[in-house]
Amino acid sequence: MVDKKAEACFTCHASDEPLKKLSIADRTRIFTTDSCRVMGTINPIYNEPSCYEAPCHAHEPDQAVLGVIDITESLSSTDQKIEIAKLKMLLFACIAILCISIVVSFFVRTWVDKPVRELVEATKNVGSGNLNFIVVNNSADELGILARSFNNMTKKLAEARLQLFQSDKMASLGRLAAGVAHEINNPLTGILTYSSFLLKRTANNSDFHDDLEVIVRETKRSREIVKGLLDFARQSVPKKNNIQITNIVDRAITVVENQLSLNHIKLIKKYDENLPDVYIDANQMQQVLINLIVNANHAISKNDGLISISAKLISLPPYGITQIKNALCPKGHNLLDHTVKIKSMPSIRLQARVNEKEGYINIDPIYGKNRNHYGLKIKTNSAVEFSCPKCNASLLDKKEKCPKCGGPVYFFEVPGKGLVQGCAVKGCEWQYWQSIENEGQKEYIEIRVEDNGCGIPQENLAKIFDPFFTTKGQKGTGLGLAVIWGIIDNHNGRITVESEIDKGTTFTVRLPIAKS
Amino acid sequence: MKTKRIIAIDDERVILDSIVKLCSAEGWHVDVAEDALSGFKMIQSNVYDLIVCDIMMPEMDGFELLEKLRQQEIRIPVIITTGFSTVENAVKSLYNGAIDFLPKPFTFDELISSLKRGLNYAKIQKQVASYFFDSNKKNAMVSYIPCPPRYLRLGYSTWAFKENDGSFKIGITDLFLRTIENIKNIEMLDFDGEIIQGNNCCQITSDNELVHSVLSPLSGRIIKRNEHVIGDFTLVEKDPYFRGWLYIIVPSNLEFESKHLVPCSSDRI
Ligand SMILES: [Zn+2]
Ligand SMILES: [Zn+2]
Repeated sequence: MVDKKAEACFTCHASDEPLKKLSIADRTRIFTTDSCRVMGTINPIYNEPSCYEAPCHAHEPDQAVLGVIDITESLSSTDQKIEIAKLKMLLFACIAILCISIVVSFFVRTWVDKPVRELVEATKNVGSGNLNFIVVNNSADELGILARSFNNMTKKLAEARLQLFQSDKMASLGRLAAGVAHEINNPLTGILTYSSFLLKRTANNSDFHDDLEVIVRETKRSREIVKGLLDFARQSVPKKNNIQITNIVDRAITVVENQLSLNHIKLIKKYDENLPDVYIDANQMQQVLINLIVNANHAISKNDGLISISAKLISLPPYGITQIKNALCPKGHNLLDHTVKIKSMPSIRLQARVNEKEGYINIDPIYGKNRNHYGLKIKTNSAVEFSCPKCNASLLDKKEKCPKCGGPVYFFEVPGKGLVQGCAVKGCEWQYWQSIENEGQKEYIEIRVEDNGCGIPQENLAKIFDPFFTTKGQKGTGLGLAVIWGIIDNHNGRITVESEIDKGTTFTVRLPIAKS
Repeated sequence: MKTKRIIAIDDERVILDSIVKLCSAEGWHVDVAEDALSGFKMIQSNVYDLIVCDIMMPEMDGFELLEKLRQQEIRIPVIITTGFSTVENAVKSLYNGAIDFLPKPFTFDELISSLKRGLNYAKIQKQVASYFFDSNKKNAMVSYIPCPPRYLRLGYSTWAFKENDGSFKIGITDLFLRTIENIKNIEMLDFDGEIIQGNNCCQITSDNELVHSVLSPLSGRIIKRNEHVIGDFTLVEKDPYFRGWLYIIVPSNLEFESKHLVPCSSDRI
């Protein structure tokens, strides 16, 4: 009998189950001997007719299984081959991973790393205060979007900084005015109370009386000046909307119509059709227009008085009309000079040196105009060395040459709006402001208020928009022209005046059209 | 008649000196304090008819004093005066309970007319109080007509009333008119003029030659002016809330400014 517990027999005779036919997989087993793995295959030998019919055989016909062939074979050579194959596979995998990484890193470098590096660079730049930095990436993927939103953020930041700059200026002006008012009004109270008290008590003494009257009158005048300062300092923030300017003009006309007809003045309106909206504070703009019309009314004393108001759409290049409202040296000193005004706009004050001579030159704040004020004599065609009046930093751009005359180029920074460059040679009028030029032509609504009144003397025209400027016997009420100027300026618009004695005056207001 | 007692609080000596001098000419007694804190102590321990107080002072300012008086229910009328005479300060003072705002620098006449109104105000206030305490309601009379409900008032001096078309009618309260003598003249602004809340919108000259500034309750453009008043000043005194209105204006900053107005309906008891 067979030993059922023998290793080779176990498969067929396990668990005392009846014998059955097994598949080849079940008949094969792998086991480990001391030295190597071995594969064994069991194959039962079934009884066949040839086994019991042949004369040489002595098996009984009723025996089913004659025996078992148990083949064992050492797997050591096979195992060796497997080991080699494994190593090869590993090696190949390593090479493949390396290759893929190289390719991927190449693509990452070109598509991700470089743009990210640029963004990091831009972040550093913006962080250090350079808000003109622009990330160039026009791709449509996420990084392109990121770059564009980054640029957008920088732009917004620059705008906010500019606004902060402005509001800070306004706030400090307000603080100054408040301080001045408080400080001056107290001593003025002393003067005014005592002098007016004395004036009352000396009503019968005409000698004192007249002198005291002068003191009281002049103190009251000082009081009005301080009050004007306070009013000027607290110009309210405009509340802007997209509005048809002609509606505002019409509303303004309705308010003053009565006055005009009393004065027998004819009013002509000329509006272009289909004007685009402007983005304005309707109330403030109405005030501006009312005041311009009232001023025109007051300027007319003759019988055939005529005021004509027109509104039309114009398109202008930035050159020759854009006002430079801020200017900084490379170290951040403010170059704007409020004491020297050119066409009533604060100018840009630069230190200038020519042939050992030093002085100041005030540059025209209108980009492209060259109505500069020269604080020293300079011959035409001689080059000026410009520097910052505060820190002496050179304002000459060594790398650039004037494209018109080849002379040296000066520059200064406009916060949020890049560099303004100009030719440092006297007589050469070249100026270039890239970020403004890039914005291209702009559309404006131009409103002209024209009268045929007495006109404004030439010497007054330059100062007419200055705060506190008044002419003797001026009848105008309400807002001064300085406030009007401030309102238009707040709307990024411009107001100009032309006048001829006894012919009339024209105020021109230009407002940028609303972005749709 | 009892001497009027006034306290002036200001950190500037010259202001206090001038107030003392000017008031003595009128026969009033003035105590002075150089800061609001000691001023407040004096108010608590003395009897005053009127307080004149600066806004900007070290430690405690004029607004804080107004608040303290309100908390302690001290009902002495306060006139606020300041060198920083902005519209905001004027309106804020009136909203916080001051009866008048006197911008520095002021003249003799301006100070006296403001103080006289203040003293008259105090007198009327006492009459009203005694009316409520007098159970017989015999010897007391209602000394002024409060402004009608649905009207808004700036301090106690002017009122504004919204018309159906969104414009506002403005005028002077009866209480203000009672604090001045009979009207001799009213100087009004031109129509189409601009008025600013808390700023002078018309000047009343009273019989005693004093000029009284009327502070506008709202800012805006005058679209109509009551010409009947120009023809007959007594109309304002006779019917201050209806036929005696001054201007109709288109308000320019209503949303912001209406916060500083008091609805007259809250005055009713
Ligand atoms: Zn500098
Ligand atoms: Zn050049």
